[in-house]
Amino acid sequence: MSVELKPLTGRIDDVGGLVSLEAYREAGGYEAARRALTEMTPGEVQEIVKEANLRGRGGAGFPTGVKWSFVPDVEGRKYLVCNGDEMEPGTFKDRYLLEYDPHLLVEGMLIASYAIGADQAYVFLRGEYHEPYRQLDAAIRAAREAGLLGDGIFGTSYALSLDIHRSGGRYICGEETALLNALEGKRANPRTKPPFPPASGAWGRPTIVNNIETLCNVPGILSHGAEWYQDLGIGEDSGTKLYGVSGRVNNPGLWELPIGTTIREIIEVHAGGMMEGYRLRGILPGGASTDFLVEEHLDLPMDYGSIQAAGSRMGTGTMILMDDSVCPVGISLNLQHFFAQESCGFCTPCREGLPWLEQVLADIEAGRGEPGDLELLDKNAAFIGAPGNTFCLHATGAIEPLQSALKYFREDFEEHLATGRCKYRDVMPVQESAG
Amino acid sequence: MSEVEFIEVLSNEEIDLIEEAASHVPDRPSAAIEALQIVQEKRGWISDQSIGAIARLLGMSAAELDSIATFYNLIFRQPVGRHVVMVCDSVSCYVMGCDNLRVAVEDSIGVKPGETTADDRFTLLPIVCLGACDRAPAMMIDDQLFGPVKADDLPGILEQFE
Repeated sequence: MSVELKPLTGRIDDVGGLVSLEAYREAGGYEAARRALTEMTPGEVQEIVKEANLRGRGGAGFPTGVKWSFVPDVEGRKYLVCNGDEMEPGTFKDRYLLEYDPHLLVEGMLIASYAIGADQAYVFLRGEYHEPYRQLDAAIRAAREAGLLGDGIFGTSYALSLDIHRSGGRYICGEETALLNALEGKRANPRTKPPFPPASGAWGRPTIVNNIETLCNVPGILSHGAEWYQDLGIGEDSGTKLYGVSGRVNNPGLWELPIGTTIREIIEVHAGGMMEGYRLRGILPGGASTDFLVEEHLDLPMDYGSIQAAGSRMGTGTMILMDDSVCPVGISLNLQHFFAQESCGFCTPCREGLPWLEQVLADIEAGRGEPGDLELLDKNAAFIGAPGNTFCLHATGAIEPLQSALKYFREDFEEHLATGRCKYRDVMPVQESAG
Repeated sequence: MSEVEFIEVLSNEEIDLIEEAASHVPDRPSAAIEALQIVQEKRGWISDQSIGAIARLLGMSAAELDSIATFYNLIFRQPVGRHVVMVCDSVSCYVMGCDNLRVAVEDSIGVKPGETTADDRFTLLPIVCLGACDRAPAMMIDDQLFGPVKADDLPGILEQFE
């Protein structure tokens, strides 16, 4: 049965498209939630998720069961918030889960809410996700009508209300404390930590924020057990992972594979390899805010530890490939333009520093670079991105692809400075600077 | 303007929808973003009058609400055309040639990013990653996603939006 090998997407494969409530229940859906609510204590649910070693799939990789256990045992309202902002450039995995199997998320949230004692849950969904919204909204309504949400679920005294907040935009909303401010109807500025959200989150109450893919792993763990989940992974990590590839490959897309599958297998087998006439030069392994990897890293397993040891992060697990027709200076300018634009403006190094990095890159790309520019970029990127100089890790993420580009593709930067021109320009037009 | 006039700017339907949104959060100002979305859905954009009216209804200052409205890029504080065209300019689409696509869209509708066509049919805006990177280069018109889009596809896509 494909669901036992592919707990996230197997049902979609079996049905061949959108999984309705009927199809979901026919495949055993909501039985994990029924067991959790009727036969297990919240502590027991936390324990099995901890034992399974489920780690956050939004990018940080924090153990989910451990995070849940930080919720204090206090009276009053607690919240589960699903981070469905999915704004990390290059990332398109959560969209797939919502568009084709939205009940998997609803069931995961029901179990997670029960485990932390939340009676109100929200899905924070990015505003541009119209089709995912339509499917999730329909699924929540269907679940409510079927008594799977609301009061007295499965004949127990447990009640859960689940609502969707559609975001007004901005990348920073994916940062969990900024997300909570946005959920509260405020500007999405990150908050100082501590206090961390499990102690004081939405409206000052204990709050757990989990990514969509993370929560979608929960029903399978409850159905098949912690050991089954651990065995799904190839190396140290447990479970499967949604891996994606975009760029000049023959078959760009998304695949659920054992966590720890090598980068080479993902690119060459699943994505069909590079398009004819193009050579792979750089890999952003898990979104725009991860360090470039290069050809020598192809045989690394895509898991948290291996990618970190190579100086990058697995991030969202959806990789962006830079081929040999793409100018490394141009792609760096594109990335810094994004991060400069998306800074929330709260902290000075990020608000002032990122546009400055963008401007220096724009000058180099336009042939106006000056001797010493690369050393300036090195020095200031290190300052701007140093954790502790800003409230959140936006600037830290921003400089990861820049520092690694300066390391791996330095000859391209130097050539721009030496010749005052871009040799890629006839195939890749220059991105206009925001100025 | 008096309090009554501020509230009268909103229709009964808008007020009902905002009240419904406010019932899902612990306090009224927390529904600020939903309220802005509700009014924008009906009117296309958020005017100064709308800011004043929504702020009154939610029990917050107009200045505070405006600081929220101007933070979020999907809230429009200027009028937009009947259809909003958003061409992704993030990294996957950059690799796949989004600059060429943006130029082709500019040529097709005759405006630059941030501008609206003279007949109010289209407003062109840049947008960050649309989460359709396997379909790069991607673009969105209103609530419809397109990708991968070649310049040749544009006339057929644009003609669906009158």
